[in-house]
Amino acid sequence: MSDPTPQSGSPDKEPASEAQAAQNALGNTERAESATEPTRPASKPEPEAEPKPSLGRLFLDNLWAANTFTVTLLSLVLAIVVGAVLMIVSDPDVLHTYTYITARPADAFNASWTLVSEAYANLFKGSVFDPEAFSGWLNGSNGWQAVLAPISETLTYTAPLVFTGLAVALAFRGGLFNIGAQGQATIGVILAALAGFLLPLPPGLHLLVAVLAGALGGALWGFIPGILKARAGAHEVINTIMLNYVATYFLTWLIVQNGVQDPTRTDAISKAVDNSAQLPRLLGDNLRVHAGILLAVLATWAVAWLLNRSTLGFELRAVGANPDAARTAGISVTRTYILIMVFSGILAGLGGSNMVLGSTASALTPLVVAQIGFDGILVALLGRVKPWGVLLAALLFGALQAGGNRMQSYSGISLELVTVLQALIVIFIAAPALVKAIFQLRAARAARLQTSLAKGW
Amino acid sequence: MSTMAVPDVAVAPVDEGFWTRGRKVGLTLLALGLLAAVLFGALATDQQARFTLSEDAAGTALEINGTIGAILFGIIAIAAGAALLAGVPKRWFLPVLAVGLVGFVLSFLCWQVSAAPSGQNFMPLVNIIRGTFILALPLIFGALAGVLCERSGVVNVAIEGQLLMGAFSGALFGSLSGNVWVGLVAAAIGGAFISLLLAVFAIRYLVDQVVMGIVLNLLAVGVTGFLYERLMQTDAEKYNSAPRFSNWEIPLLKDIPVLGPALFRGNIFLYLGLLLVLVIHIGLFRTRWGLRTRSVGEHPTAADTLGVKVLRVRYRNVLLAGVVAGIGGASYTLALYSFTKNMIGGKGFIALAALIFGRWNPTGALLAALFFGFADQLATYLGAINSSIPSQFLAMLPYLATILAVAGLVGRVRAPAADGKPYIKG
Repeated sequence: MSDPTPQSGSPDKEPASEAQAAQNALGNTERAESATEPTRPASKPEPEAEPKPSLGRLFLDNLWAANTFTVTLLSLVLAIVVGAVLMIVSDPDVLHTYTYITARPADAFNASWTLVSEAYANLFKGSVFDPEAFSGWLNGSNGWQAVLAPISETLTYTAPLVFTGLAVALAFRGGLFNIGAQGQATIGVILAALAGFLLPLPPGLHLLVAVLAGALGGALWGFIPGILKARAGAHEVINTIMLNYVATYFLTWLIVQNGVQDPTRTDAISKAVDNSAQLPRLLGDNLRVHAGILLAVLATWAVAWLLNRSTLGFELRAVGANPDAARTAGISVTRTYILIMVFSGILAGLGGSNMVLGSTASALTPLVVAQIGFDGILVALLGRVKPWGVLLAALLFGALQAGGNRMQSYSGISLELVTVLQALIVIFIAAPALVKAIFQLRAARAARLQTSLAKGW
Repeated sequence: MSTMAVPDVAVAPVDEGFWTRGRKVGLTLLALGLLAAVLFGALATDQQARFTLSEDAAGTALEINGTIGAILFGIIAIAAGAALLAGVPKRWFLPVLAVGLVGFVLSFLCWQVSAAPSGQNFMPLVNIIRGTFILALPLIFGALAGVLCERSGVVNVAIEGQLLMGAFSGALFGSLSGNVWVGLVAAAIGGAFISLLLAVFAIRYLVDQVVMGIVLNLLAVGVTGFLYERLMQTDAEKYNSAPRFSNWEIPLLKDIPVLGPALFRGNIFLYLGLLLVLVIHIGLFRTRWGLRTRSVGEHPTAADTLGVKVLRVRYRNVLLAGVVAGIGGASYTLALYSFTKNMIGGKGFIALAALIFGRWNPTGALLAALFFGFADQLATYLGAINSSIPSQFLAMLPYLATILAVAGLVGRVRAPAADGKPYIKG
């Protein structure tokens, strides 16, 4: 492999290619300037600091323009509206009130409002803040843990999504579409769990080894499509989809093997990970939030640094923007493709190890990784394939997940609604032109709304 | 499957030296044959391996001693591999390869059937063939949906979602109306609904087609799962008890030994699926519609220059794909099972694999789907005879085969040139 020479690409070309990468990666409304300030969260409303007009003026200008923040917010609103419609049409009692809507319209509206507002209120209470728990804490009927419980739940669900979201986003920036985060997380969870209950190691070291084993598993599962892409030109989308299923079947086979399966059980569940290999809980044993969220923030920072400050990150973005130009500039495209997939796999594997070393589960089951790989794709898109954006997007999805649990148990609204909301949000985000048309937004300056990264198989 | 980095240059003929692709395949086959003859031959028992021509142990059967069979068929595979290694004319390549692979599979079966617990040393061929087709059916419909879509240049990763939505709306409206035909039409519309979203977002709003496909799959899982829990679980009698198509026996054909009972006493979906393969194959390669579809998928600009309405062709094909996949989904809920959450369970992605493995060709997709269906059926059969082969590894087979195919080990697969690229006029 020839030594990459980033100098050969002239430095002042960088912002342009950067912007191109961002533009290509999503049909979004990024401006070239914002791409050069990568550590800033993508969805901050303030416009960039141009000295001439006042900040407040610019803020108002941009509020109704089709910029990233507005489109994201309105996508959220649209998704919530569609979700409300789904709730209403699937409730026979409420639907009945619509049969006599001309006679007593108030009935229909009241019934719908009660249903929808109660469900969404539970979504909020389960994920952010529950006023009843707060007043209970003030008058002493429950402890402070109850107040923090929703946040704790949200962060617990957020942590793995950050990792898988970063995995997908990193690959996106390098021009690869890693649909295999699910499979990489699966192999990661397998190795992390095996290291967690097979190796007798002292506390601390054990946790470290288990986490690294998870990363190794993900790296391995990312390396395969990476090298197939680099050497044989096999499309990574197809290979990662296929590897997802291979990983799943491998997991279901492995769980029931001797030495892995819990000897006291007959169903498909493995032994539990030792205590010494579990991520410590941050706020006491009653709250589920664990150190995984700290690792997630650290990983976000590391990926941001890797993308924007390191040589590899530069090469990665150059390859993502235009592989032919990158090759001409002396960057080894094959090596970069392999590295992208390996790093992507490492992140996904870490996400997987969170699922078994954290507090969501402590043993392997066929569904131990849940949907984190596929959700990671949505998170990456929602976060505009930028590391800090991914963190915020994962926070939103984690909150939806946590709130969805409460919505299910308190309002009887199935958790599937959360999947619907998540998919809808991303559909609207991916088609900003649609949101713009629905809300009659002004076009933002220099915003190209109709772009995409489509390049086929 | 050209890389996006090196588009077409790599396809140009290059001097490969002695180790042509054919020779590499031959060597692999030779190794497989050796493995079969030695390992399978050693593991097989002296029991007779019986392949009965009926649904159970009774009746006429093809019999062979387990050990002899395993070694014999292994040697056939070795011979085929050696022939390929020595070099055969190009038109003989595929037949010889097929003979070798069949030899390998038969050697494997001789081992497995003879090593089964005593009294179970038989393989009912009628059951196996029927099961293969039943399991392949959603794959056939799904892969055909993929062919329709991708031949016109729109990547269809949403097959899973289309199948699922078809299955759901078939069950829902079939139950509400109590009429199978209403259910069938509703299933087609349900699949087309997902297709419509795909078409509008991919063609009108230029959203990345793979992204859109993935998101639509999640949307379909979410919407059907949500409505399933809200409606079907609370009142299954009303919402989830669709009538089912009964089996139709085709006169004359049903009396053919083995194939008759296996294939020609099936339900409408089986006949429809096979018919669709034929219709789409002829349509794609023999009609004006097919020529336009393929031209739009390969080189939309040229097609546009000649007056083909590129976007209209794409919209139409994507919607048709949804109709086909929707009917495929109904082959579950209007013939076999009642609807359950996420009941397609990855079949849409195997259909995608079959599409790629079959090289974007209806007949190829059919053969690939049958191969995957056979692997699936074999896993069930081996589970029933307590085989030492874990069913999970057989279940991996379609996916591994696709990876090998895409990596160019089984032959170069190439997508339509404009597949996945949005067309912007002007």
